[in-house]
Amino acid sequence: MLDLLMDFGLILLATLRDVLPILLLIIFFQRVVLKQPIPHLKRVILGGIYVVLGLALFLMGLEKALFPVGKIMATQLSDPAFIGASESELSDWRSYYWIYIFAALIGFSTTIAEPSLIAVAIKAGEVSVGTISPWGLRITVAIGVAFALALGTFRIVTGTPLFLYILVGYIIVIIQTIFAPKKLIALAYDSGGVTTSTVTVPLVAALGLGLSNAVPGRNPAIDGFGLIAFASLFPIITVLGYAQYMELRTRFSKHKTKSDAI
Amino acid sequence: MRYRNQFQTILKKLKEAFKDLLPIIVVVVFFQSVVIRQPFPEIGEVIFGILLVIVGLMLFIEGLEMGLFPIGETMAYALAKKGSLFWLMVFSFALGFSTTIAEPALIAVAKEASIISSGAGLIENNQKTMDTYAMGLRLSVAFSVGLAIVIGVLRILKGWPLYYLIIGGYVLVMLMTIIAPDEIIGLAYDAGGVTTSTITVPLVTALGVGLASVIKGRSPLLDGFGLIAFASLLPMIFVMAYGMFWF
Repeated sequence: MLDLLMDFGLILLATLRDVLPILLLIIFFQRVVLKQPIPHLKRVILGGIYVVLGLALFLMGLEKALFPVGKIMATQLSDPAFIGASESELSDWRSYYWIYIFAALIGFSTTIAEPSLIAVAIKAGEVSVGTISPWGLRITVAIGVAFALALGTFRIVTGTPLFLYILVGYIIVIIQTIFAPKKLIALAYDSGGVTTSTVTVPLVAALGLGLSNAVPGRNPAIDGFGLIAFASLFPIITVLGYAQYMELRTRFSKHKTKSDAI
Repeated sequence: MRYRNQFQTILKKLKEAFKDLLPIIVVVVFFQSVVIRQPFPEIGEVIFGILLVIVGLMLFIEGLEMGLFPIGETMAYALAKKGSLFWLMVFSFALGFSTTIAEPALIAVAKEASIISSGAGLIENNQKTMDTYAMGLRLSVAFSVGLAIVIGVLRILKGWPLYYLIIGGYVLVMLMTIIAPDEIIGLAYDAGGVTTSTITVPLVTALGVGLASVIKGRSPLLDGFGLIAFASLLPMIFVMAYGMFWF
């Protein structure tokens, strides 16, 4: 029990340290530059306390429950004994199918629980007055991350150069940007940056390192990187793709009602 | 009666948080019992941890709507009303820089990078050079995030289309990839993803949306988003530039 409280105290302190620069900045601007009271100050302070406390509990729970299990699973799945393959099969990318499935599922599920993405999704729902559904956005982004991690682990297994994938990804994003409805472009770009924080990064890092250790001829220092980059790129593609699909559908149904009327 | 209502609201919110977490639980249980076929290590601890995560997530979301979003918007309104471009830029830069420089993920990545670079013989293998290298990397990433928020806020003010800037940035990243040293490329790509922390994201989003809704002729949806996109793009460019500068 005492250990638990100690752990919690340490995590709370770390979270407070993260908040401190923001707090100082806001106080400085309110006092020196803006010289205006903040409306509903009590409520805002209470909200701030909730955020810090909530985040600390969230992180502690992850460290107690999910990270150990997730990390063990990532190492077990990439263990040659589990893959049950001989030396020659270890170089074959097809021996690692469980890894790709695991990467995709863990990418999807951790993205659904990612607090930064929840924040952006809530804001997008508010701003669009209901035309963007927060759940729809979160699921679209999570599908992007799932695809990204499956492809990212495939890249580590095959050892193909990272920049080729990223270049192709960028070219796809650029082409989509030209055709996608302009309204949603900014949101799509933002959803790339928010996918990888508290929940996803530690699990994904364990997976990347475990895998690059297990596959013969891979160097963890060079091949272990890149999963996060993938997870920031592919959600842009899926969100833009979803926006395009929705637009096409509306256009098609409009077209249809018009021809019905005639 | 009043307490009963409150209790029901809390229960509803807990249920929402549980729904957010359910996919992870399903995936972990499935892999543990069907694929790896091993009993859970310390099941009690795991369940306790899951409960903490659910309560934490509920509190965080509650605090988001009560504290972080309103403060971000209030700052945006007040700064826009003051009408001083200088202070708005100072605030934007300080927000990006100060939240990034102390980011634990960045500190870890910078240290890792100094070890890799010295191992590859790119920098001298002694503690002092490695520390300078890691600190320099942190400073350049933090500076780039500060600059990213400044550019993003300027874009909202001027109404520049986001996609020209982002596509321009992508083209720059591609060109730099060709000439940057191999060891830094993976790191640079990942640096974009780790810079924006869970507390910074809601604040920055509220700032952008708040600014776009007070400035005439800007749409919150079209112009308000995009700050985070800059904050993930610019660090990539700066880390690669940093790599080229050192080697």
